[in-house]
Amino acid sequence: MTERVADPMTQQPSLWRQQSETIGFVVMVVALVVAPFVTYPLFLMQAMCFALFACAFNLLIGYVGLLSFGHALYFGWASYLAAYSAKAWGFTPEFAILTGTATAALCGFLAGALAIRRQGIYFAMTTLAFAQMMYFVALRMKFTGGEDGIQAVPRGYLFGLIDLRNESAMYVVVLVIFLAGFMLIHRIINSPFGEVLKAIRENETRAISLGYKTDRYKLLAFVLSATLAGVAGSTKAILVQIASLTDVNWPMSGEVVLMSLVGGLGTIFGPVAGSFVILTLQYKLSFLGEWLLVIQGVIFVACVLLFRRGIVGEIANRLRIRL
Amino acid sequence: MFEIFGIPSTALFGQLLIGLINGSFYALLSLGLAVIFGMLNIINFTHGAQFMLGAVAAYMLLKFTGIGYWSALILAPIIVGAIGILIERFFLQWIYKLDHLYGLLLTFGLALIVEGVSRNYLGSAGLPYTLPESLRGGQNLGFMFLPNYRVWVIVASLSVCLGTWFLIERTRIGAYLRAATENPTLVRAFGINVPRMITLTYGFGVALAAFAGVMAAPIYNVSPNMGSDLIIVVFAVVVIGGMGSILGAVLSGFGLGIIEGLTKVFFPEASNTVVFVIMAIVLLVRPAGLFGRRA
Repeated sequence: MTERVADPMTQQPSLWRQQSETIGFVVMVVALVVAPFVTYPLFLMQAMCFALFACAFNLLIGYVGLLSFGHALYFGWASYLAAYSAKAWGFTPEFAILTGTATAALCGFLAGALAIRRQGIYFAMTTLAFAQMMYFVALRMKFTGGEDGIQAVPRGYLFGLIDLRNESAMYVVVLVIFLAGFMLIHRIINSPFGEVLKAIRENETRAISLGYKTDRYKLLAFVLSATLAGVAGSTKAILVQIASLTDVNWPMSGEVVLMSLVGGLGTIFGPVAGSFVILTLQYKLSFLGEWLLVIQGVIFVACVLLFRRGIVGEIANRLRIRL
Repeated sequence: MFEIFGIPSTALFGQLLIGLINGSFYALLSLGLAVIFGMLNIINFTHGAQFMLGAVAAYMLLKFTGIGYWSALILAPIIVGAIGILIERFFLQWIYKLDHLYGLLLTFGLALIVEGVSRNYLGSAGLPYTLPESLRGGQNLGFMFLPNYRVWVIVASLSVCLGTWFLIERTRIGAYLRAATENPTLVRAFGINVPRMITLTYGFGVALAAFAGVMAAPIYNVSPNMGSDLIIVVFAVVVIGGMGSILGAVLSGFGLGIIEGLTKVFFPEASNTVVFVIMAIVLLVRPAGLFGRRA
């Protein structure tokens, strides 16, 4: 599914080529630290939540070759449980986020265990169908508030101490969560486990013949991806203080695919870049109303036909580095 | 008026009828998906949008030119099928060599475009489509009231499904089609224009969706999101039935429609989710799908 980037290890790489990922990471961190002084912090925080969501999605499509078309399920249900536990049970934000994340992990385990029984296109349809099922469940259940969603969720005090109504404190928390999730994904991809995942992506039959129980690897990758999507969803619910049907409905699943595609599938930084680009578009073009949907569709089509490497993938390919 | 398991017969048969109607649409749509997937190796996410376009075309024909239901039933599929052919020529033909998943992403993008444009021109609310005089009214069977139009929908979609099955399984064109599905290179070597066949197959599959859309117009209102809600259920139907066989798609379409209808009677809370639950069970018991061959 991913466009291959020329292996930089074949020729003698210069130091900055070897360290391209580290340099990219430093640039990203500096940008995120400086950015709130330049633009709206709330926008940046939302963008970081979506960036983590897209990174979690990309873990599956980019490194295992599994296209999940139902990631809104984990994002949305995590945000519901985080919002509900913070509002109704009075959980502190960190426990609310944990509750939401655990929910996503459980949903990911159940849906993943079934979905990995089919490959390729059927896998995509199965994940989409399960997400739609849980959308209907969310619509029907009392605690989700139906069409209204869960509103006025308290941000609360982190560890009972830090007041998150303070925008700076909230910004630091979201930034830390985002960076932790990002580094965890980077670690997963570059671990022996990640190497097996890439082997499955390239040739699953071969991986099986080498003795790997590929189903277990795929399931674990799926659960990890769903869990991280849950972290993103929970954090967003605490941040914007709302959990609603939008987060759990199929257009959200499509949006995260679009973000990863625009940024570059199978690149570390692609989903981050993609989500910032897409959210900026949505924000700047919000006056267009329903035409926004058309624009998203056009971007989808253009990316698939002309621009499959995505923004970061294209840069990495030009400079022959890994990003 | 009598009762079955404590349920009044009118309710039971009424829901069964609605189930059969929904089943007709599931069958027609999953049939189209299966036909397209067989030739193009693409899951046509635009299928729901094309179903909606069929209904919109019928609505437009009636409103602006006064062309009625019967002509629309022929014209709308031709118009939407022609749009499908253009889509295949302009977009789809470039990605056959890529991973199947790109096909899904591309057609998803196209579906967003179609849906977005229709929302801008039609609004999100549904528009009513009036039935022709000849199909109004119904029969009172004593134990239930049977509207004529619903009977027509079931009969028409069954006939179209069987006709498609006959076309593909029993005619010469169908034989070419099946051969080209198995081995396009060899079929080309026999002098058959496979690319054109692919284009026409896509147009035909899309026309099936539009046909279903025209029939749905008088039942549901004509609205921009009527397709996207339906297509996801149809995906589940396709996962359950497997796309290997034409009859399999038709049978699972009708079967699941009926089950959904019955669920509405006995356990209404689950009526939206029952198809997905069945999908989960099928994945557990027969991962390849009820009629599918192991990949």
